[in-house]
Amino acid sequence: MTKSPLQFRHNGKDTAVFVEGGENLLSALRGETGDTTLKYGCGQGSCGACTVLIDGEIHLSCMTLAETCAGKSVETLDGLADGPNLHPLQTAFMENFSAQCGFCTSGMLMAAKALLDRNPSPTRDDVIEAIGGNVCRCTGYEPIINAILDAAGRRSDFSAQRR
Amino acid sequence: MPYTVKTFSQTSEAANALSSARRTHYMAGGTLIMRAMNEGDQSFDTVIRSTDPTLSQIKQSAARIEIGAGATMAQVMASSELAFLHSAAHAVGGPAIRNIASVGGNLFARCPYGDFTAALLVLDATVSVAGGYSGHDMPLEEFLAVRNREPHQLVSAISIARPATSDAFRFLKFSRVKPARKSVLSIAAHLPQSGGRVSGARIAYCGMAETPIRVPAVERSLEGKPLDEASIAQACAVACEGTSPSTDPIASDWYRREVAPVYLKRLLMGQTSRRA
Repeated sequence: MTKSPLQFRHNGKDTAVFVEGGENLLSALRGETGDTTLKYGCGQGSCGACTVLIDGEIHLSCMTLAETCAGKSVETLDGLADGPNLHPLQTAFMENFSAQCGFCTSGMLMAAKALLDRNPSPTRDDVIEAIGGNVCRCTGYEPIINAILDAAGRRSDFSAQRR
Repeated sequence: MPYTVKTFSQTSEAANALSSARRTHYMAGGTLIMRAMNEGDQSFDTVIRSTDPTLSQIKQSAARIEIGAGATMAQVMASSELAFLHSAAHAVGGPAIRNIASVGGNLFARCPYGDFTAALLVLDATVSVAGGYSGHDMPLEEFLAVRNREPHQLVSAISIARPATSDAFRFLKFSRVKPARKSVLSIAAHLPQSGGRVSGARIAYCGMAETPIRVPAVERSLEGKPLDEASIAQACAVACEGTSPSTDPIASDWYRREVAPVYLKRLLMGQTSRRA
């Protein structure tokens, strides 16, 4: 089976890879671009470990046919920090002890980013709803929820710094 | 195993391709087919897609609304005209799943998935099928009965009746983990009332049979009666009549039978799932 070329924006950079027929975006990103920040959890759309943003919207890369991303912008955890400067969400996760094994963290951060991008001042219920598709088996979710609420407060400062 | 993916700009072309080869599947949002491909399902080797924009349109007429089969749950939740369906769309997965899960795809989901289809069942839904060279419409109940026997059909749209009044439609999902996990069962009801009495009741379950089903015994027991304690008790007494719930990691068939009357009672008394 021949591979097909696929061009898209990956964390703001033009990227070209070759994908197999039926290959999912998770596999294409991990295998072809070397971005291993997104994780293979269940491959069934149940755990959220592979969460990415496609054109700003939250998606599960294991449920996304890679070739449907042609010409689109894909954001992963790999592009969250600005060089050595962590994103406020990453800082908040660190300070709130929101990661234990860390396997869900990448997806949690991207789900949280999707939330804060459209709702900079979420309520606790908004946060619970936003990470409803992401499973964490370690933390009991409370430190994650607290970190996202914490980050919401810092984010405006971070945005101002990046301008 | 690599698959061949064929993408068509017209629904009719996709339908023809789907019906002209055996080892094919149609992919709408991908929640069912991508999972199968990730697991290396070898029962098919070709995936048919369509980028026809008409597949995701929502059209309204006086009495009915036509939802394109490719419309996602997120689109349903963004439509003010479909406000009555927001709670049912919200019952499907988390935010990422709702961005791809399509209304048409939900018709093919195996219980306990397929919560949204239960809602469509009580709204007198008809399914537009674009199979081969000719299309046809069929009642949703009929479609669900034959969906596994005739897999090479492409659903292009679903037409539903508007609820009689804003409070006539009700939806309740019961899952062990909230907000976004598989349902133990979900219940939809359309309970129009005339002169304080139920007239034309429609009740449907997801999770209580192989496909979402209507519950004629409950509908009959409510017909012509006011929604009061006595009629609700009678309805709950026949809540499991005609059902055949399965056992899965979420719940046993026994458990589903035990909780069905409990949740039916809650729904009839006015408790519904959160509207997003």
